[in-house]
Amino acid sequence: MKIVVIGATSGIAEHCCRIWAVEGADFVLMARDTAKLERIAADLEVRGARSVSLAVAAFHDPAAIKAFADATIAAGPVDILLIAHGWMPLEQHTLDIATAAQVLEVNAVSPVLFAEAFAGPFAAAGRGTIAIIGSVAGDVTRRANYLYGASKALLTRYAQGLDHRLVGSGVKVVLIKPGPTDTAMTTHMKAAGQRLASAEDVARTTVDAIRLGKVEVYAPRLWRYIMLIVRHMPRPILNRLPI
Amino acid sequence: MQWPEAMVYSGANMRPVSSWGRLGAEPHDVVELTDRAAVAGAVTGRTGIAHGLGRSYGDACLNPGGLLWRTAGLDRLISFDATTGRLVCEAGVVLRDISRLMIPRGWNLAVVPGTQWVTVGGAIANDVHGKNHHVVGTFGEHVRRLRLARTTGETIDCGPDERPELFKATIGGLGLTGLIIEVELQLRPTGGPWLDAETVPFSGLPDFFALSDESEAAWEHTVSWIDCTSGSVRGLFMRARPSDRSGRPWRDRMRRVPLTPPVSMVNGLSLKPFNALYYALGRRKSGVQVVHYERFLFPLDSVLEWNRLYGPNGFYQYQSVVPRAAALEATRDMLTAIARSGEGSFLAVLKTFAERPAAGLLSFPRGGVTLALDFRNSRTLPALFSRLDDIVRGAGGRLYPAKDARMPREFYQATYPDLGAFTARRDPGMSSGMSRRLMGF
Repeated sequence: MKIVVIGATSGIAEHCCRIWAVEGADFVLMARDTAKLERIAADLEVRGARSVSLAVAAFHDPAAIKAFADATIAAGPVDILLIAHGWMPLEQHTLDIATAAQVLEVNAVSPVLFAEAFAGPFAAAGRGTIAIIGSVAGDVTRRANYLYGASKALLTRYAQGLDHRLVGSGVKVVLIKPGPTDTAMTTHMKAAGQRLASAEDVARTTVDAIRLGKVEVYAPRLWRYIMLIVRHMPRPILNRLPI
Repeated sequence: MQWPEAMVYSGANMRPVSSWGRLGAEPHDVVELTDRAAVAGAVTGRTGIAHGLGRSYGDACLNPGGLLWRTAGLDRLISFDATTGRLVCEAGVVLRDISRLMIPRGWNLAVVPGTQWVTVGGAIANDVHGKNHHVVGTFGEHVRRLRLARTTGETIDCGPDERPELFKATIGGLGLTGLIIEVELQLRPTGGPWLDAETVPFSGLPDFFALSDESEAAWEHTVSWIDCTSGSVRGLFMRARPSDRSGRPWRDRMRRVPLTPPVSMVNGLSLKPFNALYYALGRRKSGVQVVHYERFLFPLDSVLEWNRLYGPNGFYQYQSVVPRAAALEATRDMLTAIARSGEGSFLAVLKTFAERPAAGLLSFPRGGVTLALDFRNSRTLPALFSRLDDIVRGAGGRLYPAKDARMPREFYQATYPDLGAFTARRDPGMSSGMSRRLMGF
C-alpha cells in the first residue's frame, strides 16, 4: 500500500500514518519542517512502515506540484493521497490583506492543486483514493476563523465536485471534517479550556473512512448532528451565539 | 511564496490543571512540547516541572501558578533493534502504545503499573512497579540510557554505566533532575498477549502471606484485592503467568465516566455493597482462565476517567510499604483504623515487594508488603491519615510519592534517607508542588 501525505507533520496526518505504518505501508511524505519530518519518518519505520521517503516541500507552485505528482506516480502506483496541511491564525478579523491571501493560499488553493494533480493520473489508472482534511468550520464559520472556515468550505464544495467528476472512474474521494482536535493548531483552544477530540481518535475515523470510501465523514461523528443544527440556525440567533 | 511562521505558543497559557486525584485545578502556565530538538531551549533558564499524562495522584506533576512542560506531544519512537529488544523513544510515549506495537513482535515492557495510561518519562520519574515486581523489579531497572535537558542549558546523557549518580537520582527522581527527553529501554521477550490467570479467595492476612509465598516462584503476576469494609479481612488473590493458549478474541471496549457527579459515588451507602459484590463475583471466577493481559493488568483502564466517580472534591490514595517482619501487624492495624474511622476504600490493593536493590535514590519499592487504599476527600481524612502515618512509621515503612498529596515533610525526609545525595544532583530549576512541600525547593 503506497500512501502520499501532504502536510505530514500535521497531528491528524501523523496519527493516520501511525495506523498505516503498523500495516506495513510505503510512504511518501511532504512537509515544510524537514527536521520534524525526519523524526516522524524514523517513528513510522519503527512502527512497521516498509519504506518512508521524504519529498521536497513545494506547496504553492502549480508546476512543482504537477511534477511531484507525476514523478511519484511514475515510481509506482499510489493507493492513497492524504491532503492534510492547514494553517489557522488566531483573530482572523484582525489580519492584514496579505496575510488573508496567505490563509486562502495555504488552506484552499494549495490542497485543491494537489488533488487536481493526482486526480488525472488516478483516473487514468482507474484506482486510488483522494482524502482531504476539511473542517466543521467549512460548514459554519465565525469571526475568529472565517478565512480558514471559508477555505475549508471551498474544499467541501471542491470535494463534492471532484467526486462527481470521478464517478465510475474507480477513484474514490473522501472528505473528513474534524471538529476541534488536540493538535499544534488548537493549543490556544485548550488554553481556553475547550474540550478537544484526540488526534488519535480523529485519525482512526479518517483511516476507517478512507478504507470504506465514505464520501464525507465528521470526526468525531457527533459533529454531523451539531453542524446540522448550527447550519439551520436563523441568522439573528447564530450571530448572537458566544462562539 | 513565503509561508508565515506558525504561532509560537509559550507563556500566558494559564489554564487549570488537575492531577489524577482531582483535589484541585490550579492555573498553570502550560507549554506543550512536541519537538525533541526544541526541549533544551524551552527549559533553559526557567523554573517548572514536566507533566506527562498527569496520572500521579497528588502534586508530583503539578506546579500551581507556575510553569508546566507537557510532554505528551514528545511521543515518537526513535529506533528499535528486534534482535536485542532495545527501544529508543521520546519520553512522552505512552506505555500502552509500546505494548500494543511490540507484543506482536515478541517483545514487551518488563514493568507496567496498574494503568497503561502513563508516559515513559512518568514511569521513570516515579520508578513505577507492577504486579511482577518479585520477578523483574521496577521500571528503572530496565532503562539503559536517558537524555536530560537541564534548566542550566546542558543536555546530558546518563545510564547505569554513564554518570551513574545522576542516573540513579533521575530514576524515581520525580522529574527534579531535569526534563527527560528520550530514553533507551530494554524490552523483555514475550510469547504473546495471553495470560493464565487464577483468582483465589482468602480470609485473614496469614492466608494472604501464605498465598504470596506459594505463588511467587511460579506466577509472574500477583496482586490482591481486599474488602476492608467487612470487618474481617477477606479478599481475592489474583495471580497470572504467560499462557501457551489463546483466549477468545478480545476487543478493547472502552467506557467513559461521562460527567463528574455532584457528590462522590464512593460513599457509606455504596462501599459495602460494592465490596460484597466484587468479592462474590471474584469467588465465582475460581480455576485458571485464559485472559488478555490488558484485562488482567489494567482492569480500571476500560473505564476512562474513573476518577470522576469520587465527585467534585476528588480523592486521596494512600500507598504504603512496610517491611515483611512488621507487615502482618501493621496491615491489620491500618485496616482496623480505617474501619473505625467510618471511611472505606473502594479498591484496597495488597501486594508483596521482593527484596532487591533500589534502582533510584528515591525509589519507593522496598522488600515487604505494599497496601494501596483510596478515599474520597472528606473532613475526617486528616485524622485517619495521621493515624495511618503512625502505624507505617512505627513499622519502619514509608509512602509512595506518586500517590501522595499530603504526607508531612518530616515523615518524608525521615523515610527517604538518600534525599541528601539526591539533592546534590537535582536541577535547581525543577520545582513542583510536591518538591516544595516535601523537600523545601
